[in-house]
Amino acid sequence: MATIKIPPVLRPAVGGEREISADGDNVGEILRSVVEDHPSTQAQLFGADGDLNRYVNVYLNDEDVRVLDGLETTVGAGDTLVILPAMAGGAR
Amino acid sequence: MASSELRNKPCGGRYGDIIEAIGHTPLIELKRLSPKPGVRLWVKLESRNPTGSVKDRVARSLILDAEDKGLIRPGQTILEPTSGNTGISLAMICARKGYRLKVVMPDNVTPERTDLLRMYGAEIVYSEGSKGSNGAVELALDMAAKDANYYMPYQYGNEANPNAHYNGTALEILEELDEVSAFVAGLGTGGTLMGNGRRLKEELGDKVKIVAAEPMQGEPVQGLRSLDDGFIPPIIDISLLDRKIFVTNEDAIIWTRKLLDEEQLFVGVSTGAIARVAVRIANELDEGNVVFIAADDGSKYFSSGIYTRPIEEIENLDSTVWW
Repeated sequence: MATIKIPPVLRPAVGGEREISADGDNVGEILRSVVEDHPSTQAQLFGADGDLNRYVNVYLNDEDVRVLDGLETTVGAGDTLVILPAMAGGAR
Repeated sequence: MASSELRNKPCGGRYGDIIEAIGHTPLIELKRLSPKPGVRLWVKLESRNPTGSVKDRVARSLILDAEDKGLIRPGQTILEPTSGNTGISLAMICARKGYRLKVVMPDNVTPERTDLLRMYGAEIVYSEGSKGSNGAVELALDMAAKDANYYMPYQYGNEANPNAHYNGTALEILEELDEVSAFVAGLGTGGTLMGNGRRLKEELGDKVKIVAAEPMQGEPVQGLRSLDDGFIPPIIDISLLDRKIFVTNEDAIIWTRKLLDEEQLFVGVSTGAIARVAVRIANELDEGNVVFIAADDGSKYFSSGIYTRPIEEIENLDSTVWW
């Protein structure tokens, strides 16, 4: 079971929790399990094409899964998924 | 490159004016931070630009590009969202070239940035700090849409931004090193990573890994109403990145201090974050050169106490836009 950290913008959709747990062997399975438990996250996490919403960044521990294997990225039991909104960071 | 080839050029070069003197920054080996004998860690010290940051390169490229395309004329007002360094660089260049400058900046950046902007004669419009840099971008886009007299270079969407690195920073690195195993820089507008990444991949092929270090935005600056308020700079092509790793504000500051204590480098907070990622990548290699970018020095962060106070005493750690 992996831990998923929820950003403030998504917390209302998961009952206000900062952190939840879900089962799955890869990022896609885990996020779909989150959607099963909290259906209102569907439209926020996924686009109409079934892929990740382009404004959602999902990190396996601290690495963006988009540059790993995307939704197919393998997740171990002790891993943490961090969901963060895409922000104009470092806008120096 | 053997260390005997390390050399100091007689001086930084001779230039017709301060704008021409942008770039040509030193590449410095960090032997104490390098985790393995076969892996050499290098920092490109962009704080040695005239206003003290890598953004001098970008600002010059944005303004020269607009001049070349006939988009601006002396006396015109240039408008740009920035959390500091780009504004300061644009302010210096605009003052020199006779343009007025208005910058849109979150109201929670460090006060030194405000002073530097005013010093060069820029006008500041503050955006809501809780919206982070997204808020500055949103407000500037709105202002530009309502007033056609503004020219907005828009560093987030202007290819002149990455081109400053494609035609500058990357060539300077290639002039000094025959081989680069990894290039690490901060992900903000994406300009540094895209411009250097594209040139280094073209010249060295896929063996050079392009690695992004990005700030993990503290919760107080994630003031979005929905995820669809998110923002991805249009110049970013994520397929060019081999790795993308976030760094918390706390780790960024710890590593900023480590650079000071172990390598005597006085750099800004983003460089701490980038160094942390660069050392991690260096650890994963058996040999090769790892190059990272020090975007600015620490002078704009003095008032925060990050160089002098224990980390637990630093105020507003998560609500400050550090980089």
